[in-house]
Amino acid sequence: MMPILKLAARSAWARRLTLGVTLFSIALSTAMLLSVERIRLDARQSFTQSVTGVDLVVGARTGGVQLMLYSVFHVGQATNNIDWKSFATLATHPAVAWAIPLSLGDSHRGFAVLGTTSEYFSRFQYGDGQSLQFRAGQSFANVFETVIGSEVAAKLSYRIGDSITLSHGMGNHGLIEHADKPFHLVGILEPTGTPVDRTVHISLEAMTALHLEWIAGAPVRGVMIPQNLVQKFDLRPKEITSAMIGLKSRSDVFRMQRFVNEFQGEPLLAVMPGVALDELWQTIGMVERALLAISALVIIVGLAGLVSTMLASLNERRRELAILRALGAGPRDIFLMLSIEGLLVTTAGTVLGVGILFVETQVGAGWLLEHLGVVISSRLLSSAELGLLSVVLLTGLLASLVPGWRAWRMSLADGLTPRV
Amino acid sequence: MTIVPSAIELDQVVYRWPGQKEPCLEIPELTVAVGERVFLYGPSGSGKSTLLGVLGGVNVPQSGRVTVLGQDMKEIGARARDQLRASHIGFLFQQFNLLPWLSAIENVLLPGTFSAVRKARATTERPLRDEAARLLTHLDLAPALWGKPSAELSVGQQQRVAAARALIGRPEILIADEPTSALDAARQLAFVDLLLRECSAAKTSLVFVSHDDRLAVHFDRHLSLSEINRAAANLEVRDVPL
Repeated sequence: MMPILKLAARSAWARRLTLGVTLFSIALSTAMLLSVERIRLDARQSFTQSVTGVDLVVGARTGGVQLMLYSVFHVGQATNNIDWKSFATLATHPAVAWAIPLSLGDSHRGFAVLGTTSEYFSRFQYGDGQSLQFRAGQSFANVFETVIGSEVAAKLSYRIGDSITLSHGMGNHGLIEHADKPFHLVGILEPTGTPVDRTVHISLEAMTALHLEWIAGAPVRGVMIPQNLVQKFDLRPKEITSAMIGLKSRSDVFRMQRFVNEFQGEPLLAVMPGVALDELWQTIGMVERALLAISALVIIVGLAGLVSTMLASLNERRRELAILRALGAGPRDIFLMLSIEGLLVTTAGTVLGVGILFVETQVGAGWLLEHLGVVISSRLLSSAELGLLSVVLLTGLLASLVPGWRAWRMSLADGLTPRV
Repeated sequence: MTIVPSAIELDQVVYRWPGQKEPCLEIPELTVAVGERVFLYGPSGSGKSTLLGVLGGVNVPQSGRVTVLGQDMKEIGARARDQLRASHIGFLFQQFNLLPWLSAIENVLLPGTFSAVRKARATTERPLRDEAARLLTHLDLAPALWGKPSAELSVGQQQRVAAARALIGRPEILIADEPTSALDAARQLAFVDLLLRECSAAKTSLVFVSHDDRLAVHFDRHLSLSEINRAAANLEVRDVPL
């Protein structure tokens, strides 16, 4: 047994180039499978953890998913706003620790504009409770100041001190510019992998100031209020789009949710962000399963390459096998020799694949987040990933039995004289 | 113990390849005595490869008895047949005898890794490597070639390395299948000479198969495979020459 394994190793070493290429293709497909799996989980996690540390998101009565879509992802529009008085009532409720108003509707070159308070930057959390960090500058203090997300800064090459104007409404084209009221860029946030990266933040007062001379979504003809005079007006908001609420005690969440849903002043809806995001993810979960299916196919392609390489080499190795037979090797030894070779190539390939994954997550994670907004975490293999790996190895073992079986048949048919 | 068993005994042997109706080997009787040197004349298509497989225990006849060194090849089972082949039979083929990714001397050392018996007998007088070196020297292979990958040797050199491998550890039986056919005429005689000398020294029974009857004069006994194999008449493509 042992001598044949040593010989198998020598023989494999003699074919190291072909086997090496095969090994590398298995490594790449393994790395791809693991990356897709990891990105899939991370995407799900960064999606479902787009906002954490917030107990309730409150908006006008609509669907929970829709409320999350416009409040957190700035996709779509609210059908109704909340009266500021309702917000004030909620904010002063004894169970509420803090409440942050959100006001949406404007945009800047395709990026959503969010009107809020500077408390937003300290209260907002994502992931495992990470807070927003300023890469440069700080929060807004005056009316016409703005803080932008990392992707906005990167795509539009903005720097602190730049001056930008906002557009009325969402979209890219045909929007009316608030050209008379430019904003001064005072802060840029670190990347988070959440919608914050694609958001332009201004104060609620600025949101009101932009729309002083507007009525029902259009500027009133002939009325122009210069930027330096807006301070003379009452800039307190009359309405907001939605609000984020943090409670003093998490155990109050259901009670508070019921309180909001049965609010007397106007029809309101409160959702727990985690629950709503999970629900939302279910609807787009099909994509992740498709991705996983594709990378499973890539693994099969890699292993099929292994089998075909080994079967092709088997014809050249027919004499080699006959010599081993003459030296005393049995058909079983020949079978083992081929199967173990295949299994070793698969094992080495998957180990290398895991190595590639580690390097990729260590070195490439920053680049992926920065340029593609893709979060890939670097950590040890999870049990699900180990499960995938063992499926790969098991498939590799089964695939390796094919050349083993073929060689076994061949050595039985050939005896000592190969028919080449 | 008065009766010394023959090296090889075939009794009413019939062998049929799987899937074939007609047998390609039907040998009523064949005996090779210990130390005997038999020249087996066999044109292609006379069941030569099949007979070698049967002698080596790689092919087991459907009926009849094959006894090698007193062992009934059918009774002892597949594992023991492989072990018997490793320990007691040296094989020498027409060409491509060597594992190309091993050096010449590593090829010679191979039987020692497959069989403890061969190793023990090879090392009675000197270490294994020295014994391999001794055989290679006897077979006229220059030491400069020993460490070379065997794929880089000429056909003649390869055949001498293969002979050294077949002889190391003094197996009781050496089966040679046209070992000279790849050599030119002048080298053929010299090679047969070397082989016979080494076999005599080790008291090895030699079964030498060839279709070149000019070499027959060097052997104790001559047999025609077409005569001893009754099935030779109905032989077909199965036994194509290499």
